[in-house]
Amino acid sequence: MTPKAIILTADEVRRALTRIAHEIVERNKGAENLALIGIHTRGIPLAERLARKLEDLEGVSIPTGMLDITLYRDDLSEVAHQPIIRETQVPFDLARRRVVLVDDVLYTGRTVRSALDALIDLGRPEGIQLAVLVDRGHRELPIRADYVGKNLPTARSEMVKVKLTETDGVDVVELHDMPEERP
Amino acid sequence: MTAPTTAGTRPRHLLDFADWTPERLTALLDNADTMSQVLDRPVRKVPALQGLTVCTAFFENSTRTRVSFELAARRMSADVVSFAAGASSLNKGESLRDTVEVLTAYKVDAYVVRHPASGAAHLVARYSGKPVINAGDGRRAHPTQALLDAYTIRQEFGSLEGKTVAILGDIRHSRVARSNAELLPKLGARVRLCGPATLLPADLAALPGVTVTTDPREAVRGAHAVMALRLQQERMSGGYLASLAEYADHYQVNARLLREAEPGAIVLHPGPMNRDLEISSDVADGEQSRILRQVENGQAVRMSVLYHLLVGRE
Repeated sequence: MTPKAIILTADEVRRALTRIAHEIVERNKGAENLALIGIHTRGIPLAERLARKLEDLEGVSIPTGMLDITLYRDDLSEVAHQPIIRETQVPFDLARRRVVLVDDVLYTGRTVRSALDALIDLGRPEGIQLAVLVDRGHRELPIRADYVGKNLPTARSEMVKVKLTETDGVDVVELHDMPEERP
Repeated sequence: MTAPTTAGTRPRHLLDFADWTPERLTALLDNADTMSQVLDRPVRKVPALQGLTVCTAFFENSTRTRVSFELAARRMSADVVSFAAGASSLNKGESLRDTVEVLTAYKVDAYVVRHPASGAAHLVARYSGKPVINAGDGRRAHPTQALLDAYTIRQEFGSLEGKTVAILGDIRHSRVARSNAELLPKLGARVRLCGPATLLPADLAALPGVTVTTDPREAVRGAHAVMALRLQQERMSGGYLASLAEYADHYQVNARLLREAEPGAIVLHPGPMNRDLEISSDVADGEQSRILRQVENGQAVRMSVLYHLLVGRE
């Protein structure tokens, strides 16, 4: 499917993540006691990339984890098929850590709400912040990101596709028209 | 009776394994891994089944299976209503059909049914129109027990492919043996059923991947998992056995018999155990025993079954 626009090229993705890493350091006055947790699927490689950038900037090791929010979704009775449950892996104690949740696109806010519930069931972090590569608007819940790679006003009939080298072989963010539903 | 299942690839009930493909079964066991992680966390609860009501309808005594299902449903945030036949209007002559229709009118979303009659879970599925999980019906099926057995073996060896599982004891009366004989070959394992000739129905040998034998050494030789079944002493009045002592002499799973198995073989038992009858105490409590692991795994597997049947629309 051909995109109607390229929102971020590979270089722009890299620069956006570098900027977010600097903002995280500035806001947290360093990187001590930070942890990054990516939301399946593309939040995970983004969290890992951010962790590497933070380590380069601050010279400290940043633990990363992965979070699957399937069992916390509030629309499980509406999905057409049984969702696949993927692995949640947070191999460090959350207590006294400032956690940065990382996802690719922020849209209605429901995924983030589920992620907050899931995270709090795993432990009690000192604080939780949110980093996203793209904020496309249309929030249905009072949630906002602390770090945004690109603010992108969209129509609901549009679709934002984030492709990453680790999952898709290429770094790019594309805008598509939503495919029409077949009768 | 035809099982009242929905057409298509997604089974609506878990009555037996007839409608379940190996892919679906593997997905179910994979998701049990996630459920198992949930049980290891400080908060052992997820909201996946919030707002749904599960009825455990037990027409036959059982503590461990009922508790395991009720905890599984509660861990997924479902409401649970428990129904025991002894204290019900069934004693006043109400039929199973009427009972189920009344419960369904109370907005029950799924049933877990244990019944002494084979096929009762099918009836509940037909009259409720809701997903039904068979928690043991007569001699016919006990699918979640077989799933947790499969899960425990998979956990030990990584896969069931190419594994041999010996099941010893009262095969004739055992719904656990029957369900395992249906399930394990679907997942790539071979099953050897073994017991005295009087307790060994020959028809099970017709199932793919299943052999039957009266020789326990032959059954256990090279096996990766050895399962002892409870000798149902209440059913032994029909002249099936000369004596319990003789039975124990020949068919008890003990250290001597276990030497025939693959090194590193594990020992299973669906419980409750008759210690030193069908299984020796030292083996039941020994290093190779995974009997308590089975109990633990039962909850995760049942959470996964509830999830598969109740989440998502058709």
